[in-house]
Amino acid sequence: MTEFIQHLINGLSIGSIYALIALGYTMVFGVLKLINFAHGDIYMLGAFYGYFISRFFSLGENPSLFSLLLALTLTMATCAFTGYLIETFAYKPLRKAPRINALITSVGISLFLEFTGQLVFGSDPKFFPQIFAISGEWAIGDLKFNPLQITVFIISLTLMAILQFVIFKTRLGRAMRAVSFNHDLASLMGIPTNRIISFTFMLGSALAGAGGVLVGLVYPKIEPLMGVMPGLKAFVAAVLGGIGNVTGAVVGALSLGLAEEFVVGYLAPSFRDALAFTILILVLLFKPTGLFGTKTTEKV
Amino acid sequence: MKQYLIWLTALVAIVIVNFGLIPFLPPYYYSILIYSGVNIILAVSLNLVNGFTGQFSIGHAGFMSVGAYLSAYISIMITKDNPDLLANPVTANLIFLVSLIAGGAGSAIIGYFVGLPSLRLRGDYLAIVTLGFGEIIRVMILNIDAIGGARGFTGIPLLSNFLWVYIAVLFTLFFIWRLVNSAHGRTYLSVREDEIAAQSMGVNTTNAKVQAFVIGAFFAGIAGGLFAHFLLYLNPQTFDFNRSFEIIIMVVLGGAGSISGSVVAAIILTVIREALRPIQEITRIDFRMSIYSLFLIILMLNRPNGLFGTKEIFNFMSSKMRRLFLGKEDTAT
Amino acid sequence: MKKISIYLVSMIFALGLSACKKTTPENVITIGEVGAMTGPTATFGISTHNGIMLAIEEINEAGGVKGKKLNLISLDDQGKPDEAAMVTTKLITQDKVVAILGEVASSVSLAMAPIAQQYKVPMITPSSTNPDVTKKGDHIFRVCFIDPFQGSVMAKFAHETLKAKSVAILRDIKNDYSMGLSNFFVDKFNSLGGKIAVEQSYSAGDIDFKSQLTSIRAKKPDAIYVPGYYTDVGLIARQARELGITVPLMGGDGWDSPKLKEIGGTAVNGSYFSNHYSAENQDPKVQEFLAKYKAKYGSTPDALAAMGYDAARVLAEAMERAPSLASNDLRDAIAATKDFSGVTGNITIDQDRNAVKAAVVLKVTDDGFKYQSTVNP
Repeated sequence: MTEFIQHLINGLSIGSIYALIALGYTMVFGVLKLINFAHGDIYMLGAFYGYFISRFFSLGENPSLFSLLLALTLTMATCAFTGYLIETFAYKPLRKAPRINALITSVGISLFLEFTGQLVFGSDPKFFPQIFAISGEWAIGDLKFNPLQITVFIISLTLMAILQFVIFKTRLGRAMRAVSFNHDLASLMGIPTNRIISFTFMLGSALAGAGGVLVGLVYPKIEPLMGVMPGLKAFVAAVLGGIGNVTGAVVGALSLGLAEEFVVGYLAPSFRDALAFTILILVLLFKPTGLFGTKTTEKV
Repeated sequence: MKQYLIWLTALVAIVIVNFGLIPFLPPYYYSILIYSGVNIILAVSLNLVNGFTGQFSIGHAGFMSVGAYLSAYISIMITKDNPDLLANPVTANLIFLVSLIAGGAGSAIIGYFVGLPSLRLRGDYLAIVTLGFGEIIRVMILNIDAIGGARGFTGIPLLSNFLWVYIAVLFTLFFIWRLVNSAHGRTYLSVREDEIAAQSMGVNTTNAKVQAFVIGAFFAGIAGGLFAHFLLYLNPQTFDFNRSFEIIIMVVLGGAGSISGSVVAAIILTVIREALRPIQEITRIDFRMSIYSLFLIILMLNRPNGLFGTKEIFNFMSSKMRRLFLGKEDTAT
Repeated sequence: MKKISIYLVSMIFALGLSACKKTTPENVITIGEVGAMTGPTATFGISTHNGIMLAIEEINEAGGVKGKKLNLISLDDQGKPDEAAMVTTKLITQDKVVAILGEVASSVSLAMAPIAQQYKVPMITPSSTNPDVTKKGDHIFRVCFIDPFQGSVMAKFAHETLKAKSVAILRDIKNDYSMGLSNFFVDKFNSLGGKIAVEQSYSAGDIDFKSQLTSIRAKKPDAIYVPGYYTDVGLIARQARELGITVPLMGGDGWDSPKLKEIGGTAVNGSYFSNHYSAENQDPKVQEFLAKYKAKYGSTPDALAAMGYDAARVLAEAMERAPSLASNDLRDAIAATKDFSGVTGNITIDQDRNAVKAAVVLKVTDDGFKYQSTVNP
């Protein structure tokens, strides 16, 4: 029983990481109808930005909540800027082109970031500075909690709540929803669609960057190819929840984390990476809209 | 009639080159030639799915790996107990033929299952599913001990050679060229252009899509078999996402929907990889992949239709040449 | 359009021509290196490359081999077997190298070995531990020990020194090195009367290992064997301690890197791993290597750098002894290597072209890796 509950805790904690990345995916897809393959690599960049920022301000030497928040904010800002650059130079010119072109471009950007990352950062793994620490060990009997992981969980939830607020309670959010509903109609209503798309892209990138820092905190090993698998899995999570849907992304990510955890724990650990894709294919075959997605019919 | 003459001439040319030129070719260039051939088959077969049928598949390396492993497994199983079969050129080539076709067929069966989701999915969703299938196949191979798992698969007999590879290339080109120019093949194009319109015209779009996947997978499997019996060693790492991506670049660079474009692009990219090596000796860093990906982005932004678009190389020739090649004025697509 | 393609094609030809018009100067011996400089295994390839470069520089400063300088051509294979095969063919037939160093991963060396053998060019792999590699032909050598030996070293250590009754295995499914080591560990440990509590696996690059570790914890093993690379082991150790697993972890030479302590922190303390040498060894050869490496690259060398260094030195020493650098002469000279005193131990090449040398067991502590015991083959 202890083992089962421990697995449950582990699954939720890895799921919350997937959720942060999945949110960016789902938002960009919502407004752009584009699967941004480079999203996982922006998460990688976030981890590296956080690494350099922490080293620049020597945040590793005085771990505190302030250090963490400082690194987090700066990383989110730089990631948003990177996202802005990518969007402006690579995606904006393709707004009117077939979606496949944009998809190929995003694959190109993803590979560019990965391989250039290897050249610039070096391909050896780096140790992410411990910019925040909670001493002691939290445990109930044999059940172990990593205090850092709980911190990360709380921060993730906070970020998601802020996101929810932005989308549903602000004018900007309303514009975003309008654009995701229908580009042309939105622009007829006077919404600056291009600016809204850029903003959404920046928001998604900032979230991915936050994910990078938080992962670096709990799993302090970062490398240029770290974004590949989490990126793909977060995408699966987004599809599972119904792509384009914010709540769905979170639920999908947590479910995926749990599913992986239990497959590894009880069934066949060596099939872990195949599981996510099997889920993906099954979801797409039997419920392509995902858990929370809305059905759209294609019109002539 | 004239068309067949062209294919026949090409066949004769391949045979002449094989006996007249290949023995004098340095091994390094010979390897480049073989890999070019394998890449041509891969690019053209992917083009059938991506370019002509308009289904975006990014798991082509998965099909290639199925063909490679299956054909290697079969030729090893047959020759394991009777090594003299390999000494006799007749039986050796026969075994190779059997294992190649089996590899292609195995891959085609997988292609059928990957094609099925395309009935319900389009565009980017399908792309992700094919990617997922590629990954699943890779994880499966890692878990099968009989074919080496992570250790890799060794002991494959050397059976591929220039003649085999280029006859396969010619066959692939012939088959797909004839296919997309047939009435049957036109249904594939109609799916690409407008699925709903095609449906309302009575085209069985379901069939067309699945068939494209099956045929594409079959040829990818053949390419895998040729590759396996040349490299003599298989490892799941060889067939990762990057490999699929390389094939996509070939299709995009050549122009989705242009067979000759894929051929040219496959050759250019195979040769360019090697041509860039001297640079690497100077800089000590390999930034070929960075160049590659940047190149792809720039290509998509400035020339999204690739070198040839949907045109064929003949369309750039004078009408006289075209007539010589095709025996008619009007060309496909 | 046409212009572009003409330009492209002519550029390719120009490049291709410049590639083949290369002449080797008379007073230089060219050797080739194949390694991963990019891709998922690049960090190991670069370490090995650094070790080899250090050795080559030293040899050249000391006057070279047979009065000639060594010239190293190192090419990237991105960690892919097919790329490596291509690169090997190029090095041998275009650049006319007299010998080849590489690759780190057995899965890549296995694709190179048949080619080196076909052209009868000696190939020395610094750290491919799969027994099959040198079975590919009589021109293929290695300077590291093979999986069966290293696996049994730790099995013996677990049984005799740690007095472990049951051991859990956590291996990297994507990595043939890890699979090989764990298989031989299991065989040996079972034959010693021990019990394998549970076998779990991960794939290189994963960051979360808690599910595997939770399952392992439930079986209450006396030790956990994690024959992976330091890139993953640091995180595995951290998460094991987080879950309250206090039993020692054990591993192989893939652990030997300063990064292990950096990433793993205090969590890796108290773990043991088998290695080729100990940095505490006061042999001037070892100390000199450590000092020089640190001066040149600013970091402590890992096992792969040391192996690369030794592979290059074994080759240079054999070249010096060989009557000529023709393939069979050089092959025989390498095969005759006996008691070569390298950084990673005294290397003797046996009739299977494998290095026979002792392994050491090191303990991870706060002051670095402490020598525990030596196991002779």
